[in-house]
Amino acid sequence: MVLSAYHWISALAEALAGHELRFMLCIVAAWMILGLAGFLRPHSIRFVAHLLFPAGGVLCLGVAVLAGLYLGSGRGPQTAILPLGLPDLPFHIRLDVLSGFFLLLLGVAGAGISTFAAGYFRSGEGTAPALLGLHYHLFLASMALVMLADDAYMFMVAWETMALTSYFLVTSHHRIPEIRRAGFLYLLMAHVGAVCILLCFGVLQGGSWQFTFDAMRGAPLAPVWATTAFLLALLGFGAKAGLVPMHVWLPEAHPAAPSPVSAMMSGIMLKTAIYGLLRVSFDLLNVRFWQWGALLLGLGLFSALFGAIFAAVQTDMKRLLAYSSIENVGLIFTGIGLAVLFQTNNMPLFAALALTAALVHSLNHSLFKSLLFLTTGSVLHATRQRSLGKLGGLIRPMPWVASLALVGTLSIAGLPPFNGFISEWLLLQSFLFTPQLPHAFLNMLIPLGAAALALTAALAAYVMVKFYGVIFLGQPREGSLESAHDANWLERLGLGWLAFGCILIGAVPQLALNAVAPVTGKLLGDSVRPSSTVWWIAPIAQQQASYSGLILLAGIVAVVAATFVFVRLLAHGRMRRTAPWDCGYPWQNSRMQDTAEGFGQPIRHMFGAFFRMERHLPSAADTAPRYRVYIEDRLWRGIYLPIARGVQGLADAIGVLQRGRLAVYLLYSFLTLLGLLVFVL
Amino acid sequence: MRAISFVRQFLEVVLAIAIAPLFTGWIAQCRAWLQNRSAPSLLQPYRMLRKLFFKDVVLAQNASALFRATPYVLFGTMVLAAAIIPSLVTDLPLARVADSIALVGLFATARVFLSLAAMDIGTAFGTLGARREMMIGFLAEPALLMVLFNAFMLFGSTSLPSLVDGYRAHQSVVDPSVIFAAVAFVMVLLAENARIPIDNPSTHLELTMIHEAMLLEYSARHLALVEWASSLKLFNYACIGFALFLPWGIATHGADGGWPLLVAIAALLGKLVIAGAALALIESLSAKLRIFRAPEYLAMAFLLAVLGLLVHLLLGA
Repeated sequence: MVLSAYHWISALAEALAGHELRFMLCIVAAWMILGLAGFLRPHSIRFVAHLLFPAGGVLCLGVAVLAGLYLGSGRGPQTAILPLGLPDLPFHIRLDVLSGFFLLLLGVAGAGISTFAAGYFRSGEGTAPALLGLHYHLFLASMALVMLADDAYMFMVAWETMALTSYFLVTSHHRIPEIRRAGFLYLLMAHVGAVCILLCFGVLQGGSWQFTFDAMRGAPLAPVWATTAFLLALLGFGAKAGLVPMHVWLPEAHPAAPSPVSAMMSGIMLKTAIYGLLRVSFDLLNVRFWQWGALLLGLGLFSALFGAIFAAVQTDMKRLLAYSSIENVGLIFTGIGLAVLFQTNNMPLFAALALTAALVHSLNHSLFKSLLFLTTGSVLHATRQRSLGKLGGLIRPMPWVASLALVGTLSIAGLPPFNGFISEWLLLQSFLFTPQLPHAFLNMLIPLGAAALALTAALAAYVMVKFYGVIFLGQPREGSLESAHDANWLERLGLGWLAFGCILIGAVPQLALNAVAPVTGKLLGDSVRPSSTVWWIAPIAQQQASYSGLILLAGIVAVVAATFVFVRLLAHGRMRRTAPWDCGYPWQNSRMQDTAEGFGQPIRHMFGAFFRMERHLPSAADTAPRYRVYIEDRLWRGIYLPIARGVQGLADAIGVLQRGRLAVYLLYSFLTLLGLLVFVL
Repeated sequence: MRAISFVRQFLEVVLAIAIAPLFTGWIAQCRAWLQNRSAPSLLQPYRMLRKLFFKDVVLAQNASALFRATPYVLFGTMVLAAAIIPSLVTDLPLARVADSIALVGLFATARVFLSLAAMDIGTAFGTLGARREMMIGFLAEPALLMVLFNAFMLFGSTSLPSLVDGYRAHQSVVDPSVIFAAVAFVMVLLAENARIPIDNPSTHLELTMIHEAMLLEYSARHLALVEWASSLKLFNYACIGFALFLPWGIATHGADGGWPLLVAIAALLGKLVIAGAALALIESLSAKLRIFRAPEYLAMAFLLAVLGLLVHLLLGA
């Protein structure tokens, strides 16, 4: 039975061998067709959601299988030229290990999200089903094309399609003004980023005016121009990834979008930015400098800490997760920064370790963050509440969602034996080798970076205890929560798939390490060997550090089971239920539990310098006292509003020219002609 | 993998489970002596556990499965941690499962579970305890990690058995950074185990408690398991400290036979007696801190660990 399955799989691999790219293009085309097919019955939620979305999910799975087979086969890159686009500019397509890994991520996370989305979308909410399906599948297709693009032109077309489709998805509840505003901010930041990326490609072609990636790889660049290209890429991709200080759109856009879309954006779209940065800095540029690494490391650590601190004081469950995404992106950038530092100092093995940590964390984040965003979707549908202050006790009416969310919570908090721990462990391991860098100053500073990382990881646990505890535990803070319904079977299936991924990678991290190994081998010339046995991972050496998720998981399960049996055998199982202890004060109600604000209070107290706070406290004689605190990002007033004012001022200054009278405009034309005449003569 | 190492592994775990309450009892006894009280018997913790196991559980009406499962999870993670820490021998089959960083993670798992369980009933006390516990946790973890970094600098490993072997091989080396790290570690140990400057294990005053606030709704066998797990946690922390700073007596690789094992057990008991007395002394001499002074205390632990690291880098360079 097992043997025949194995034969079947190897036969499939044989048949697909060498044609992975072709099949992937077919899948991308199929997504587009699925998107258009919705217009056959544009208002039927049953047709679009229950038929097209699961089909899209199956196609995602296909992408994951193809990418996995390609990564496992160890073959070279596959290229193709599509006869599309402008007459002289055909689209170049290429599948290599870097794009393969990110396509694997897209496929695995996308399968769960599409399945969930099939059960999630209801009729009469926001945009018409067909339009939603079109945007959704185009979004998927464009993300896959971003990863497959092999020339700047194709890349930008796919990148812009991705930005636009996601903008339409974010604003699918466009009747609400706040959502329109959030969508606008997102679109603006996406385009600022896109301009930077375009300029980056302009620098990268190095005077050859060839915009294929192949030509860029060969183009010799002076250090100044290489650094310029790198900085432009950092700005452009950083804006998409939500790196501080380009993060402002993230906490606005994620809560505005429907939950599957938030999951898709946070889980997959942010990773396209990581992909782009890696593509430019490790593949297209052929020189790197250690200062880039230091910059990435600094920005990454700051973003991570910033995200974690802000997540701890949020009161909207999706905003909390959005800030947590900033934190995780920061961790990924930290890993990339360390990889650059090690690589420029000729330590390829340690560089591979750091990059492995970054890539595995990307994969992990796409799993647990999608899972958590989707659970907020189920909670939102069941309760109509997004504010943490009006939730509570949902573990009782929604046991499925609560238990699957627990897996995501433990994973994102970086706890063994779940997957989030693996990447944090790898990142800490790579920090341990920084004292071997030949920079005395950095050697002193970087251990503090490791401490910042530890603080971030522990803060993430704090944030997630708040998230899970306030939503699912305790007493319901509103009466209506008692009647909340659990997720339907499609939603459960999608959530279950993602939770399964979290547990699987946590228990068998070798799977993720094996998927990453060819990528680091290609980009850095060395890769982390998972281990000689299936039981352990020992990235550098056995006696240095080793970890076994499987044995840890099995050990915990075994000891817990044994304890349970022992306690029941030796003692008894008698139990009775009564009211909880009320401290002798019987008038307690559910509003006396800690609120989300209360849970974040220690953080507000300790990291006060990060926030701009406005407190409104009632006076002693107030008969209807109200307590209010507004918390704002200092960067918003520090950077964005001055820029906005500057642009407005400049526009006003230029606006002086605009008089609205024909005679004046004719005068302008006359003066221009006169000027040109002087110039010519 | 030899059968004998499995036997010793089993022995180590059983010993840890058995004597962990004794260690807690010993500290309580020392404290009583220092405070001029008549001390409870050394066996008091066992009597307490026995009594609790045979009581009926009284469970809050709205307690979920998470609340009921948590005591088992806590106990399980602590037993597993005891199996991984080389308290008697370094040649443990399970020691490679988790290095010291993963061990910190395992403790964090236990902490998160306990905090979630405390929030499950939805009383003001539970959430208050959970919030404070998580706060102490995220402040203590960086300090603890710096201590482990320091050990890595000295012997190039984060795995505890390798560290012990490394120490034993270079017995003459006394790096000054170790002293800083040891002080930082003791401070973290006190904070993480709900001991005096941060928390008071014997108080039930709502303004000051952290750990006890989380356990208020637990009773009978659940409470017994949680208490036992707390003792095991303290025992485990002490054993990590011994492995990092006082590794003498632990049977290293290749030291087979009964004699080294007997020496190791005697050494462990001796170290526990001294460490327990020292902890009781520290606790009796210090006053409980206000909750918002806790960050300063833990920041000091962190700075000490970083200082140790810098001392090592400056002297070593």
